[in-house]
Parts: sequence; C-alpha cells; structure tokens
Amino acid sequence: MAAITLIEGVTQALAYEMKRDPSVVVLGEDVGVNGGVFRATQGLSEKFGEWRVFDTPLDETTIAGVTVGLAAQGMKPVCEAQFEGFIYPMMEHICCHAARMRNRTRGRITCPAVFRAPWGGGIHAPEHHSEANEHLFTNVPGLRVVLPSSPARAYGLLLAAIRDPDPVIFFEPKRIYRQYKEEVPDDGEALPLDVCFVLRDGTDITLVTWGAQVKESLEAADALAKDGISAEVIDLATLTPLDFGTIAESIAKTGRCVIVHEAPKTAGFGAEIAARIAEECLYDLLAPVVRVSGWDVHTPLYRLENKQLPSTARVVAAAKQTLAAG
Amino acid sequence: MPIAAKFEIEYLQYLDADGKLVREDLPEFARDTKTMVELYKLMASTRVFDTKSIALQRTGKLGTYASCLGHEATHVGIGSAMKPEDVFAPSYREYGAQLYRGVRPRDVYMYWGGDERGNDYQNEPAKHDFAWSVPIGTQCLHAAGSALAFKIRNEKRVAVCTIGDGGSSKSDFYGAINVAGARDLPLVAAIVNNGWAISVPRRIQSGAKTLAQKGIAAGLACIQVDGNDIIAVRKAMSDAIERARRGEGGSVVECVTYRLGDHTTADDARRYRGKEEVEDAWKKDPLKRLRNWLEAQKAWDQKQEDAWQAQCSEWMDNEVNAYLETHAQPVTAMFDYTFAELPADLARQRDEAIALDKGAH
Repeated sequence: MAAITLIEGVTQALAYEMKRDPSVVVLGEDVGVNGGVFRATQGLSEKFGEWRVFDTPLDETTIAGVTVGLAAQGMKPVCEAQFEGFIYPMMEHICCHAARMRNRTRGRITCPAVFRAPWGGGIHAPEHHSEANEHLFTNVPGLRVVLPSSPARAYGLLLAAIRDPDPVIFFEPKRIYRQYKEEVPDDGEALPLDVCFVLRDGTDITLVTWGAQVKESLEAADALAKDGISAEVIDLATLTPLDFGTIAESIAKTGRCVIVHEAPKTAGFGAEIAARIAEECLYDLLAPVVRVSGWDVHTPLYRLENKQLPSTARVVAAAKQTLAAG
Repeated sequence: MPIAAKFEIEYLQYLDADGKLVREDLPEFARDTKTMVELYKLMASTRVFDTKSIALQRTGKLGTYASCLGHEATHVGIGSAMKPEDVFAPSYREYGAQLYRGVRPRDVYMYWGGDERGNDYQNEPAKHDFAWSVPIGTQCLHAAGSALAFKIRNEKRVAVCTIGDGGSSKSDFYGAINVAGARDLPLVAAIVNNGWAISVPRRIQSGAKTLAQKGIAAGLACIQVDGNDIIAVRKAMSDAIERARRGEGGSVVECVTYRLGDHTTADDARRYRGKEEVEDAWKKDPLKRLRNWLEAQKAWDQKQEDAWQAQCSEWMDNEVNAYLETHAQPVTAMFDYTFAELPADLARQRDEAIALDKGAH
C-alpha cells in the first residue's frame, strides 16, 4: 500500500468507483488525456476510454447541464469545474435542477451527481482561481456540500459522494492537495457523509473548521498545547446537512468555540454555526463565539492572498482571547 | 475569393394555410388517413384541454397557466415523431407532445395548480421524460446529457428537447447543440418559434435569418418547417430523430408557428402586439387547415367533429374533476423528497412544521 496525497486520494476513489460501477462517468475540461489541470483524473482516460472520461467543450454551463441530464437518465456523473471560481455558470443547473429534481418530481427523477472543484486560495494562482465560495451552496436545499481535508477523507468521502443518491458539491482544498502523504488502502471503503470528524480531542476550547484551514487549526492546537491549553479540533467535512450534534457535544465539554474558515465572514458558513450555537448551546458557553475568517473582501491577487487567509497566529490569538473572556 | 463554408436552410411545408397540398411527395404516414385523423383528434383535444385550462385559471381554480393555443401542430408533430424509448425534455407548454406520451391533463392541472405531484408522470413513456423546465433553455442541456448517456450505453435512443425562439438565445441552447455536434450525440432540438418571447418579438432575439441555421454553427443538420402544418413537423422531426438514432448526428428543427394566446394567464399581449397581427395568424390556424384537408378527402365531417368535441369535453371534465378532488399534500411532503433519506436536522424542522400545522387546524 502506497502513501498518497489528497489529490491522489481523489484519483484513487474515481478509479475504484469507475471500475466497480459502469454507470460512473467523469466529465469536464481537460479531464481526458491531460488528466485534469491538477492531475486529479490522471490515467483514467487510458483505463476507461474517452466516453467515460469525457472532455467537454469549454463551457461550464454545458458541463453542469449535461451532468444533470446524465444523472437523470441513470448515469452517475462526476463532473469537474476546473476551479471553484468558474462554478458560477454551473449554479443554475446545480440549484434549479440537480438539487430540486427529486423534490419537484416527487421522487420520479433523481440526480445522483457529484460536482467536483479544486477550491480555495494559497497556491499563488491567477485571479478567479482562489475563491472560497462554499457558503453559496450551503443554503441550497437538496444539496450536500463536502470538503475533505486529508488523503483518507478525500478517498472515503468521494466514494460516499459518488454512491450517494443525491447531488453533492465536492470542494477539494487545492492548497493541501499535496501537503502530505498518508497510507490509504484502496479497498473501496467509503467514509460517512453528514458526519463531522473530531481530529483532536480537547477540553478547553473547540476549534471548528473545514477544508485547508484544518491545517492552521491543527497547528494552532499544537501551539496552544504548549501553553497548556487543550483544544478540540472538529473538521466539518460535510457542511450540509450539518452534523451539529458533534459540535454541541464538544461545546458542552469546552464551553468555548472559535470557528475558522477561509471564506468572507459575513454570511459565511461560520455564521450558521455561530447561530446554531447561540440557539442550542448558549448556556454551555463560557465566552462569546469568535470567528476567524477571510475578510469581507474579494480574494486578493496573490501578493496579498496570505493577508486574506486566516493564519495559525490569528487562530491562536482568537483562542486566547476566548479563553481570557471566561 | 475561395469559400470556406456554405449553407442553405430548407423550408418544408405540405399543407398551406387553407389546407391545400403544396407538394405531392406526401410522407407515408400522411397517406394513411387513419393516422392523420388520429393526429387531428389529438390536436383538437389539446385545444379543448387548453381552453379548459384557461377557464379554470379565470375562475380561480388554477394558478398561472402557459397556454399552447396555436402550437397544436408543432407539439403533436413532435410527440408523434418520437418513439416510446426516446426521452423528451420540454419547456413548459408542449402539452400536445406530452399528452401523446402519456401525460394526463390532470398532471398539467396539478402542476399549474400548485402541486408537485403534477410532475410525477404516471404513464409510460412520459414516466421517463423530464418534467417541465421553467428556467429557459436549461432543458436543452439535460437532453444533451441524456443523449450522451444513450451513446455511452450504446442504446438506440434519441433525446428531444423543445425550445422557444427566445430560448434559442440562451447559452444552454448553444451549449447543447455545440456538444451534440462535437460528439455526434443523438439530440434533436426543436425550436418552437412562436414569434414572441413574452413581449419581445422574434426579430430582436437574433439577427439570423432563420433560427434553424444556429445549428449549422454546431455542425448539426438543420431545417425550418411550417410549424402549423403537422405533416411538415412530423416528417422533419421523424427524419431528424431517425437520423440521430442511426448515429448520424443531431439536428435543429425550427417550427415556425404563432402564439395565438398570451404568454401566460398573467400576461396581456395587447400591451405589445397589434390586433391585425393576431388576426392574420388565426388565418394560419393549424387545426383549421388540417380539418379542411381531411374534409376534402372525406375523412372527417361535422358530425365526427361534434362527436369528438363532445368526447373531449367529457374527458376534460373527468380530468378536471380528478384534479379538483385531490387534496393538498400533507405538510410533510415539502420535506420528504428533499433527499433520499431525511437528514436529522431536516427531520427536526419537519416535526416543527407538523406541530405548527396541527396548531393551525
């Protein structure tokens, strides 16, 4: 068993499921011979041929609409938006059709599709290649929004997403695509959707995060441990439907919460979590909930992008501020 | 100067506005009087259905409704050219095609009457067709995706979508015909050019002389037909569909018809188009011309017409009663089809909604 990166987890899951299930097809721009601009579909075209690894014309609307049509007629399409910043033309098909197909036909037609996209900043990419826009999808009923943050979770959650009978947005944090390797057996074992992962147990404060920010949050927990502060780190993994129970349980224990995300603050998904904590956990709280997020600005071009992305130091400072408050 | 590419768009018409044949090479189906009477009957019943729908809306028994008045030849022509195994991706007024494929009038009433069960078509082959698509043009790509599924699975099936003249301006339409042309997908896009996209006339939708020729740019076979002549519509659609089924590629068929009614019952077309134009359009009525032709052949008469009208009225009354007798779905129905399995959070909201609903009674 070889150790693999997060993006190799994606490839491994696609290859496994395409072999297991002939209805699984991959489509997008450059996903064929080129294997995707990040190489997520590397080698699939040779294995499964140009009709199951389908290079589309360069039109995101086409990719999304064709995906809906494939899914509605018995296929399990996994389409790729080359970057999350190019997903906007796909939104009509995702929101108006994929997400509501089951509901509006009372279950007659369903849309078991996965919409993949490399997501987030931190790789010094050009404009529109570094967005964090997951919150634009978390308010859409009928849609799952999933962000893996490790090679094993990329593999296990993508398998689950493909097998899920409903549409899934699968955002892959490109900054940690190749951050580290871990051994991920290619055994076809899916991980559960709709479940948060507690990555580190702690008793003093809960850090809630997802995507690439898992890295900073774990680093912050390490730094806090050196000061004798025990931080619990929760990776949401599936943003919607949200497993709030895991968060509530943690807050019952710690009484403190810092939410860490890359997207702009206002109406980001952290707002939903803070609201749920206020509704359901207020009397467990020892201090106000704090959000560490991107500012409410456009993702800057790359000379300034590290000023937008929450740093480990910001997370540590927020945690200490929370601890000082009560 | 050398020519890089050249194209022509054929125009197909068999029956003129008076129901006289303008060409003698009738397709085989049109030589069969029984078939033509059946097509006429479905066109006539579609109009009875449409009239009934508008009456329901005007008396407060139906929500906003998009009429198909004047489109009967185009819609029935499209539906009758398809095989059961093909897939239809309509926009929102192609009832003639859908009734042919097993959608019931009560399904239409349910949908426009505010009930999702109207989209849950019960009868084959409509059961595997797409439901009405309100976001303009999007259904074209769903048809293209279906066509790709058929091609991947090596099935001899064809996906047919309909799109308005306005809808043919949408990128979804261009995207669909483009991918179909690039990959020889079995897609037939029927442009139902009824002259108006709500208040915007055909002439300012596009500078193209025909809308059919948009398919040329995508590498598809293209033709324009008299959309009020069911023989022309069915012939062109059958040719396009069978061509696609043989693996020879997709087509764009432009059916030139006219929207004799308002865009929907919420619209008042008198605000933007003149009486004379509509009066002229009535002279090209698709029903009248087919009836004239059938009567000239002694295949139809007033007695049969009266009997059929009575039969249609009875059918529609039954359908209306079936619709009016249905109760609104329970409040739980809002939740139960959001996902295959109800997530825990949504289950809690569902419980809240049930409790509120009980309190309200």
